[in-house]
This record gives sequence, structure tokens and C-alpha cells, in this order.
Amino acid sequence: MLELFLKSLPAFGKGILITLEITIFALIFATVIGLVVGLINIGKNKIFKAIAKIYIDLVRGTPLIVQAFFLYFGMTGALKFQIRPEVAGIIVISLNAGAYMAEIFRGGIQSIDVGQMEAARSLGLPYSKAMIKVILPQAFKNMIPSILNQFIISLKDTSILTVIGVAELTQSGQVIIGRTYKSFEIWTMVGILYFILIYLLSTVFRKIEVKLNV
Amino acid sequence: MISVKGLIKKYGNNTVLKGIDFLVEENQVVSLIGPSGSGKSTLLRCLNGLEEATEGHIFVNSSDITDVKLNINHFRENVGMVFQSFNLFPHLSVIDNITLAPISLKKMNKSDAEELALQLLEQVGLKEKAYVYPNSLSGGQKQRVAIARALAMKPQIMLFDEPTSALDPEMVGEVLQVMKNLAVKHGMTMIVVTHEMGFAREVCDKVVFMADGRIVEEGKPQDIFDNPQNERTKEFLSKIL
Repeated sequence: MLELFLKSLPAFGKGILITLEITIFALIFATVIGLVVGLINIGKNKIFKAIAKIYIDLVRGTPLIVQAFFLYFGMTGALKFQIRPEVAGIIVISLNAGAYMAEIFRGGIQSIDVGQMEAARSLGLPYSKAMIKVILPQAFKNMIPSILNQFIISLKDTSILTVIGVAELTQSGQVIIGRTYKSFEIWTMVGILYFILIYLLSTVFRKIEVKLNV
Repeated sequence: MISVKGLIKKYGNNTVLKGIDFLVEENQVVSLIGPSGSGKSTLLRCLNGLEEATEGHIFVNSSDITDVKLNINHFRENVGMVFQSFNLFPHLSVIDNITLAPISLKKMNKSDAEELALQLLEQVGLKEKAYVYPNSLSGGQKQRVAIARALAMKPQIMLFDEPTSALDPEMVGEVLQVMKNLAVKHGMTMIVVTHEMGFAREVCDKVVFMADGRIVEEGKPQDIFDNPQNERTKEFLSKIL
């Protein structure tokens, strides 16, 4: 088992790197998308709000695997362009997680008492400054558990990208099994590796949470 | 200094203010009294644009705040507001609560703002609490910090929305004392929505009685309290005095 693991290590290593690369980029984009769309949703612009609603409904109403097929095969075919599967993967996970993050941000911001915004505005702070200095720091603290949850889901969702040929961790498992036929051992290892990644992610978040609670 | 003309405020079909005409002179301390639901808080909130007037005009220092072209943020720097529920920023220490607006609006650099904050905390008797967080303060202390926070923008007018209503009885006095100092020693122009009739009588230059979205009667405190003319005023005062 150990020998098999050591032999598979280079392939797993590459898979983990790609999984991490896609997860990190996608989560950065998803956080930005989530913040912007979340702010649109609590704002007053009806056109932006309508667009945001369509976006969130579309993402939540369709499976990730269909979104991945649609972008990587459907869009590229129809519009005659090509992208690397990793890039398609980052786009799909970003857009997918962005929609859920938008709801997390909206809920987090709305959980802050309106008196906070009124007090900030009555001091002369413009809306944007009141949001950045007063509302978001408080909202962010409340949102950390939900954000961690979404980050974990998105990290696991990268495994679905194997269907569009992204050489991430799950795919590296399949490739190794193709060579060795050790299905039980390899899937056990893949599972453990995902577990470790997610455990590390949770630990980082717990540290942030403790720091913010001081 | 403040002049309200024909102010009407509606929420959907519900008319909360039914035509308010109202004057406040510089250095005057005015209290708005009346039964709950009479529109006094709404009127106060209209004066710094937290509520938008449906009709009518509100002139503060001759600028019309119902004018959409007015920079409301700039205007609000001159009008401090103190809320019933304090609304201190819980993620910031007391001193950061006070310096947030002056620093982020670039009115002052950090050290000047902190110096001013300490001065204001001294004025409200809480200098030793500068570096604690709001959660560790009592209600009365929170409200005094909120007053210091509003004063940090050096406003010309201070609005108080039932500043003592959320306090335990033994803490009401300390907040009223701070407000009284502000009026008497500093000559601040103040509008106070309150149920503290003692404060209204002792400190205010003018008392305005509101009921059902209208100003029913206004005048000097002794006239309103000792010799009310309107039946509605008499009824209200007989219940609470």
C-alpha cells in the first residue's frame, strides 16, 4: 500500500496542485462576484437587481455538471473558440460559487441592524464608506461559517471538472487506477487527500474566526 | 436656522406627518413631545434626511434638504444625531467610534482626531473608557459616547431621538446632564424628542406638542406645561405629569 502510494505520489501531487489552483482562483473570483451581486441585491437599482436574480436563479436551478458541459463543450462549440479545461473549470466554479456567495453576503449584510447604517450615514459618511467601515466588518464576522461551508463545497465541486478533462485530484486517481487497477486503494487515498485539504481549510478559517472574536 | 414648511410624510397610504410648519432659531433648545405615533421621531429624522419628505421643504442654514441636488453627506456633517438605541459600532473601540467619521471624511488627521475624541470623552465624563469596546459599557455610558461621537464632527445642530428611553431609570440623569451642559455651556442648537418633561421644562427654550402628525401647540415650557390651551395638550399632560 505504501509502495503504491509513493509511486502514485507524483501524479497525486500534480492533481492536488491543479485542484488547489482552480479552487483558489475560483474562490477569489467567487468572493468578488458574491460581494458585488450581494450588494446589488440589497441596493435599489431595479435593472441590476433583475439581472442578479436571473443569474442566481440560473446557477441554483441547474446542476454544476451541466454548467460545466454547457460552457466547455456547448459555448465553445457554438461560438467557435477554445479554452483550456482548467480555465473553463475556474470560470464554472467561480460563477457557481459566486451565486451562492451573493446570497451569503446579502444575508450577512441584512443581519446587521439598520441603526448601524443610519448612525454611520448621520455622521456624514457616504453609503460606500458606511458599508466598508461599519457594515461589512460586522457582517463578515457573522458570515464566516457560511463562507467556509461554501469554500468546502466548491473545493469538492472541482472533482466534477474531471468530466471536462481537468487533470485535478479525482482525475489523477482515475489515471492511476487505469495503470494499476487498484481501485480500492486509490479511491481510499483520494478520499484521504480531499479530507486533508478540507481539514486544512477549516483550520485556517477557525483561526480567522478566533482572531476576529477577540 | 431650521425652517420646515408644509412638511408631509407618507408611507404608502399612511400619512405620518400632515403638514408641519416649524422654526428653530440658532442656540435654541427645542423639545418635541407628544404621544407615541404622533410623528415626532419621523419629523426629527426628516431633519437630517434619514426620512425623505413626501412634500414640503426643510431649510437648514438656508439650504433646502429636500432639494435632490444637495450633497446630503456634506449636509449631515453639520447635523449630529443621537439615537434611542445608541447605535455605537460594536466592532470599534470607544475612541475609534468617535474618530471614524472625522478621519475617514478627512476632516482631521489621526492624532488631532484622537485628541479631540479624548476632549469630548472628558466632556461627557468618560475619558477613562476611551480604549474599551462598547459592549463593556452601561446604557448611560453608551449614550454619552454616542453624543461624543456626534459632536466629533463639530455639528451646528444636534438632534436627539428619545435619547433616554432605552435606559434604566438610574442612568437617565447622567445623559440628561450631558445634554444640559451641551445646551447651557456650549450653546448648542438642539432638537430633542423626549418624554422627560423635567428636562423639557428646565432646559428647553421651546416645547412643541405633536399629535396625529400635526403640531398642536408650541410655546415656552412654562406656558405649555402650566397653561396649555389645546384640549389634546391638556389631556396628554394630565396623563404624564
